[in-house]
Amino acid sequence: MTSEIILNYATALSLLVGSGFVSVGAIGLLKFNDSMTRLHAPTKVGTVGIGMLLLASMLHSFALGDTSFHELLIMAFLFVTAPISANFIAKVNIHRQACETPPSPPRDDTWSTLNSPEASEETAEKVEA
Amino acid sequence: MSRAIRWLLPHPLLTLLLAVVWVLLQNEVTAGMIVFGIILGIIIPSGTSIWWPDTPQGFRMGKMISYSFMVIWDIMVANVQVAWIVLTVPNAKLKPAWIVVPLDLLQPEAITVLAGTITLTPGTVSADLSDEGHSLLVHVLHTDDPDAVRDEIKSRYEARLKEIFS
Repeated sequence: MTSEIILNYATALSLLVGSGFVSVGAIGLLKFNDSMTRLHAPTKVGTVGIGMLLLASMLHSFALGDTSFHELLIMAFLFVTAPISANFIAKVNIHRQACETPPSPPRDDTWSTLNSPEASEETAEKVEA
Repeated sequence: MSRAIRWLLPHPLLTLLLAVVWVLLQNEVTAGMIVFGIILGIIIPSGTSIWWPDTPQGFRMGKMISYSFMVIWDIMVANVQVAWIVLTVPNAKLKPAWIVVPLDLLQPEAITVLAGTITLTPGTVSADLSDEGHSLLVHVLHTDDPDAVRDEIKSRYEARLKEIFS
C-alpha cells in the first residue's frame, strides 16, 4: 500500500517537473527573437521535459501493477531524432541567410550547406544588389 | 565458418539492437517474441547491407555505455542552466556565438555521435559540417568565452569518442 502511495507521489512530481521544463521551452520559443537562438529552447529543454513526462507514465503503470517499457523506446527514438531535426532547421537558417553568416572553416573551403551552385548564385545576386 | 557468420551477421550489434527493440515494442518477454526478434535482426541487416558498406572497426561497448551515462548527466545539468538563461537573461544581453570545432575524428559514425551529443547537451547546437568534413560548426546560445566552449567540447567529448572508435 505504501509503495503505491510513494509511486503516486513520484508520478505527480515528475509530471510537475516535466511540464515545467516543457513550458520553459515554449517560453523560450516565444521570447527569443532570432531564428538560431529560438532553435535552442524547444530542442533542448523539450528532451528532458518529455523524458520526465514519459517517466511519469512509466511510474503510473508500475503503480497500477503492470510494467510498461514502451516509454524507454520513445525516449531512445526521441534522443536519436531530435539532433537531426535541429540540424536541418539550422541548415535551412544558414542556407536562407536568416542568421549571421558563420565564420569560414579553417582547413576547408566552405560549409557544406553553402557549398551549392544555387547558394553561391544567391550570394552573388545579393552582392550585386 | 567465420565467413558464414559474417555473411549471416554483417552487423552483430545491429542484430542485437533490433531484437531488443522488437521485444520492447511487444511489451512482453516471451520465447516466441525473442526468437522472432532475432529473425528480424538477421533479415534486416542482411537486406540493407548494401547501404552499410563499412562495418565500423574497433568499437568499444563498455566505454560507449559509460560515455552515454556521462552525456545523460550533462543533459540534465545543462537543461537547468538553459532554463535559467531562458527565464532570466533578457534578449538584449544574450550573447549567441558561432564556434568552429576542428575535428580530429575521421569515422563518419564518430562524427555523427559527436554532433548528436553537442545538440543534445543544451546551450549548443551542431549546425553544419565543412565540405571536406574537417570542422564542425556549432551555435552557442549564451557564452562569454567561445574558445572555452570549444575546448570543453574537444576535451570532454571528442577525446572520449576517439577512444571509443579507435
